[in-house]
Amino acid sequence: MKYVYTAIAAIITIALIVVLNVQLPAGKSKTPRLGYFLSPQLGFWQNAETENTNFGGKLILPQLKGKADVYFDNRLVPHIYAENDADAYFLQGYLHAKFRLFQMEFETNVAGGRLSEMIGKDGLAIDKYFRRLGMVYAAENSLKVMEADPEIKAAMDAYTAGVNAYIQQLKPSELPIEFKLLNVQPEMWTNMRSALFLKFMSYDLTGQGDDDLLMTNTKNLLGYNLFQKLFPDRADSLDPILPIGTKFEKPSIIPKIPANIDSVYYGIAGGNTTAIPPIIPNKNNGSNNWAVNGTKTKSGRPILCNDPHLGLNLPSLWYEIQINTPTQNTYGATFPGAPCVIIGFNDSCAWGVTNAGRDVKDFYEMKFKDSTMQEYWFNNEWKKAEIRKEVIKVKDGPDDVETLAMTVFGPVMYDKSYQSKNKDGHYYAVRWKAHDGSNELASFYRLNRAKNYNDYQNAIGYFQCPGQNFAFACKNGDIAIQQQGAFIAKWKHQGEFVMPGTDSSYMWQGVIPNKENPLMYNPARGFVSSANQMAVDTTYPYYLGREGNFPIYRGIIINRFLSQMQNITPEDMMHMQTNNYNVFAEMARPALLKYLDEKQLTPVEKRYIDKLKSWNLVSDYDATAPTIFECFWDSVFVGTYADELNSTGLPYMWPDQSTLVEAMIKDTNYIFADDIRTKDVKENMQTIVQQACKKACAALEDIEKDGRLPWGKYKDTYIGHLLKIPAFSKLHVPIGGGTNIINATTSNHGPSWRMIVHLTDKTEAYGVYPGGQSGNPGSFYYDNFIEQWAAGKYYPLLFLTRDMAEKSSEIKWHLQCTNA
Amino acid sequence: MKFVISILITALLSFAFSLYAAFPWYTFAICAFVVALAIHQKPYKAFLAAFIALFLLWGIWAFLIDAANNHILSKKVAEILPLHGSSIAIILVTALVGGIVAGMAALTGSLIRKI
Repeated sequence: MKYVYTAIAAIITIALIVVLNVQLPAGKSKTPRLGYFLSPQLGFWQNAETENTNFGGKLILPQLKGKADVYFDNRLVPHIYAENDADAYFLQGYLHAKFRLFQMEFETNVAGGRLSEMIGKDGLAIDKYFRRLGMVYAAENSLKVMEADPEIKAAMDAYTAGVNAYIQQLKPSELPIEFKLLNVQPEMWTNMRSALFLKFMSYDLTGQGDDDLLMTNTKNLLGYNLFQKLFPDRADSLDPILPIGTKFEKPSIIPKIPANIDSVYYGIAGGNTTAIPPIIPNKNNGSNNWAVNGTKTKSGRPILCNDPHLGLNLPSLWYEIQINTPTQNTYGATFPGAPCVIIGFNDSCAWGVTNAGRDVKDFYEMKFKDSTMQEYWFNNEWKKAEIRKEVIKVKDGPDDVETLAMTVFGPVMYDKSYQSKNKDGHYYAVRWKAHDGSNELASFYRLNRAKNYNDYQNAIGYFQCPGQNFAFACKNGDIAIQQQGAFIAKWKHQGEFVMPGTDSSYMWQGVIPNKENPLMYNPARGFVSSANQMAVDTTYPYYLGREGNFPIYRGIIINRFLSQMQNITPEDMMHMQTNNYNVFAEMARPALLKYLDEKQLTPVEKRYIDKLKSWNLVSDYDATAPTIFECFWDSVFVGTYADELNSTGLPYMWPDQSTLVEAMIKDTNYIFADDIRTKDVKENMQTIVQQACKKACAALEDIEKDGRLPWGKYKDTYIGHLLKIPAFSKLHVPIGGGTNIINATTSNHGPSWRMIVHLTDKTEAYGVYPGGQSGNPGSFYYDNFIEQWAAGKYYPLLFLTRDMAEKSSEIKWHLQCTNA
Repeated sequence: MKFVISILITALLSFAFSLYAAFPWYTFAICAFVVALAIHQKPYKAFLAAFIALFLLWGIWAFLIDAANNHILSKKVAEILPLHGSSIAIILVTALVGGIVAGMAALTGSLIRKI
């Protein structure tokens, strides 16, 4: 009997340890290895930082060439003072890894189609998409170009060495908590990972190209003439980046329009497609930037402002840093994953970026001999396609192999093996500017060291994709903005629909030379600005794309404010950058009310409409009218187009909001107002608006009962953790603003970094981002900026010389770095 | 006396070995097992001694970390696991896991010794 008891006890003990040592299934996901995860010496407890953690001390890293000092200020922003650039980038890599290792690994795994290695088969749809888009191919091409530039190679090598120096000395107990949760280990960093990270930004900021498939369906559904009404070339209220009336030189490239364009391209011969990408970059990815010169400021010195609007995540996309070496003294927001400062300032100047939004991603329908995709028809002959195998490793599962046929255009993204919906047998190759090797890092490297306008011009010249509007201001008084990127000289409407890929007639014909890109340098009006609107009016000799790709409203309000403002101070800029005035509603409200017969309203409906009428058009957190406006407007928008665009199973493209507003203002017989499902009744805008009002008010009653009528509660902004873990996210952030508003904060998207730089002799700068310097959910510095950000407040950015850093009372920790 | 001593030795050994992160999290089970082999006690006493040792070691350790951390992380993890975001609950679960595994290992050790 003794033996039996002993055996039972032993078996239970071992079984307990085994069960606690593996990941157990829990619903759709898996638990961590519980014994390990709960263990106070190895598990999550070790990630719980004490309030008085010492981030200073001595760091001995044999890879350093000389001595370096890192001073952390009281917000945990490192100020790096190094004797040479290599050491500075080495330490930037080291610090990025120390504070943000999980996000670096995660984001570059997403970019490279390796998410499944971390999270298992749930990552497969995203991995397939990025592999098929050719992300790895694109990053390989760029890495070659970057590594051919000695300065950039040196910076990348040093950065990579720094990340790896941290990973190598990382104790198992110090592993970021997410690795412990997922039970994975970080990989060594490579320059390729930095390249993949930068390509991810290209993907995120050239997303409108993915619309081509839906646009094709919509054009085929409506016919080209009606389609044109839905997707006009220009909005009436556009206020471009370069003012209307700017004179342009003659173009050096005049693209040749294919002969059969009417039948093949605008006609419906192209055929419908059911392919839609499983993920689409957020339509609101955009930004504001502006700079004013001394004529507009109180100090007589320029001020530059920038707030890039991106997905709001924890850990944040951004990490603040100051880098001081003999070649530079730079401060700003950096990308954990790449060396250099991306948006920031130095001793001489400041720069900021917004997205250009021009379409550099097009699809071509290919004709293959058979489904093995070995040969495709091109220019009257069968041409061999190179086959590229992409192996996706899946955690706890078999590998997935994606077969990419590489054509003269690029990889065949959609084929018989890969269509998100029905397998309709079409082959679509994707031509994306980001597939071409380019060296965007060189732009940032040189901007970090720029002393004047010429240096700025020189630096941004390297920038190819994603196209950006680079605003610039300099202590000598100069301001400028240039839309920079490798933009394609397209014939009008080229690449908006799927193009035939059977010959070269529809191919891209050339890249517009940098000197012909829209530029404004020291304009008489005293300011430059951009907010993702179309850069120029129709006198610009190249085609930029349809209006729908370019939101217009933030640009209108920014330019209105900037033209009116005088004696500007940084505080004025703070108010402006966090301004919640809704210029879209300013135009849409009268359009709504014009068609509404208030006599037909019930008392409840009347109450909502009265609130809407008395609204001051400011979308603050507490205001209720913005919620009423949003529900009413959405209801009108859906009511107008749903009958056409929801009518079959195919995916269609919906028009931009501005299209409907402008139609309502000028066209009482708007053709889309008629509900095509009711054959014997002819609806008009009055009918639509009246019905929409009824629907919206009914919904609003429910919303009000839930206590969600205040705009901020309705919109419910949150900063989500990268793994979508609510406990690691910041939910219900109290902030107003929204789409088409300067403070462009929607539910999970908005100003990811706000920066204001006053270019006085001693630079005065302010900044804030919705996150914290530490990526550790167990740190006091994980999300400590969010409250300040939501309140529209800023931190003064400490831009210190080494002497000042040694003495500053705001410096909290000193990390001495040596090689022995 | 044996009881108290085995509690102390089990806790001490488990703590000492856990300072070397190269050892897996369950090293303490081996400690508890060995202590139960070495110090002869009735099986239920061996279980209890090891249970108390690890319950206290892991519980106090977690408690101290949690206090210094102002409960920031324990609350978040107690939402994931899910324990309604209660710091105390996650500390108790931690202590219980340590205690039960150690207790079972010691029970096994004690029973083997009897053979």
